Amino acid sequence: MTTRTLAVVSAGLSRPSSTRMLADRLADATAARLRETGDEVEVVTIELRDLASDITNNLLTGFPAPRLAEALETVASADGLVAVTPIFSASYSGLFKSFFDVLEPGAISDLPVLLGATGGTARHSLALDFALRPLFSYLHAAVAPTAVFAATDDWGDADDAAKPLPERIDRAAAEFAEVVRRSTRTAGLRDPFALPAGFDPTGVGGIQ
Amino acid sequence: MQFGIFTVGDVTQDPTTGRTPSEGERIQAILAIAQKAEEVGLDVFALGEHHNPPFIPSSPTTILGYLAAKTERLILSTSTTLITTNDPVKIAEDFATLQHVSGGRSDIMLGRGNTGPVYPWFGQDIRQGIPLAIENYALLHRLWREDVVDWSGKFRTPLQGFTATPRPLDGVPPFVWHGSIRSPEIAEQAAYYGDGFFANNIFWPKEHYMKLIGFYRQRFEHYGHGTAEQAIVGLGGQVFMRKNSQDAIDEFRPYFDVAPVYGHGPSLEEFTAQTPLTVGSPQQVIDRYAAMRDHFGDYQRQLFLMDHAGLPLKTVLEQLDLLGEEVVPVLRKELAKDRPATVPDAPTHESLVAAKRAADGARVTEPAR
Repeated sequence: MTTRTLAVVSAGLSRPSSTRMLADRLADATAARLRETGDEVEVVTIELRDLASDITNNLLTGFPAPRLAEALETVASADGLVAVTPIFSASYSGLFKSFFDVLEPGAISDLPVLLGATGGTARHSLALDFALRPLFSYLHAAVAPTAVFAATDDWGDADDAAKPLPERIDRAAAEFAEVVRRSTRTAGLRDPFALPAGFDPTGVGGIQ
Repeated sequence: MQFGIFTVGDVTQDPTTGRTPSEGERIQAILAIAQKAEEVGLDVFALGEHHNPPFIPSSPTTILGYLAAKTERLILSTSTTLITTNDPVKIAEDFATLQHVSGGRSDIMLGRGNTGPVYPWFGQDIRQGIPLAIENYALLHRLWREDVVDWSGKFRTPLQGFTATPRPLDGVPPFVWHGSIRSPEIAEQAAYYGDGFFANNIFWPKEHYMKLIGFYRQRFEHYGHGTAEQAIVGLGGQVFMRKNSQDAIDEFRPYFDVAPVYGHGPSLEEFTAQTPLTVGSPQQVIDRYAAMRDHFGDYQRQLFLMDHAGLPLKTVLEQLDLLGEEVVPVLRKELAKDRPATVPDAPTHESLVAAKRAADGARVTEPAR
């Protein structure tokens, strides 16, 4: 039996927030899928609102305060990441981007990621594919094929009758759980204090 | 144990008066601050290197050469000399000259630099920072130890039959510290050569530096220079003091709040909790820095940043009086307590000459046996 950790990053700003609701639904659905095959799942949720000052301070000073350092470590060492942001002005929120900006380079390489976003109307849903997906491609994450957008209406009566939100969440979670299962990333996590392979402190014949 | 100060050499507006010193005033202030460091009994003055405003130290050995003539005991050093963008040949020449001019009262701290455009301004590529630091130091190391050097590398034009002059004083190169904020490669390099490792320590929580220094100590032992406890470690620090700690906080806060490096970010309280910055009474500074060795092991050099963020010269000189008269004498006693006899002091020119004589003597007498 394998124990897997799912990190959940929610950039919702209000309390309660629909972004957090979507993040929880995605995490729960993924955990359920992983448990079906006998995995133990631990879900650790990070609300970026709680870290907003620390994130700004990290941008200014170059180092994370202890609470933020713990959150960054949670994300970097997780077996999978559910990342959900509200769509502001046609893209992820500034707070969401800033959090990923203060991650160490390479920190989430190969990390399985499930993307989610929320917005007032479904007209914003493509931001998932033109804004979030390129960001995580740049970070070399292993992004699951389906991402989930929840518009305000998705939470009520006017839900998409053909493809309701629960169905979309379940499909995304199933795909993502499979990416997490196949990933061997956490077994090979590199100590940030380890020297690069083949490093020669004299440089003789060893110029990179 | 050596105590001293290091300066970035920034020209910054005093936020309490709105006045910005001229470059000339700032250079004169730095000369006064360094001489004050000797007067109050400190051991080391180290100067940064920058090639862009608002910083003045683009030519460190010019300033250190002047100070060599004006001081008698002070060790003159750098914090740091850019091993990436300076020609290692010029570093070899400049710092061997400084050694002679100062009568052996100089050493050097190498670093990669953190200002991106300096690399292209000096014809280099920032993505090659680590390889530059490795190759340039390999050459510098040879230039000080071999009278005639043949060299070819990736980054500078080859040398055939080159002799760096003057030769190092008494045939002993200046002691080298390697400064690094985050790179295990530089800790490894320092350990490989048996050189010192300096952790600037002022921007990151101590846990980060504990790992980096721990790694350096372990590799120092691996390369056979002594035990991990005998590795040569230097630490940065930052303090502001008044007799009454609340006065120190009230006076320093306006400088802290808008300081170029961390201003408009964390509060003074957060920053002092998370980094070695200590703002308070001399006793608070003593308590904080006497405990540094609990985290990093017994070490050899402690440098304090005292003169940045637009603090006026008068204030900095008052700070140095407090540091030299009330803090350092107590710290010397505290850090000497329970310090194992096997832990060495920081190498000086005298100690390196003595070590060389002992080694040469052993070499001369050996064949006679």
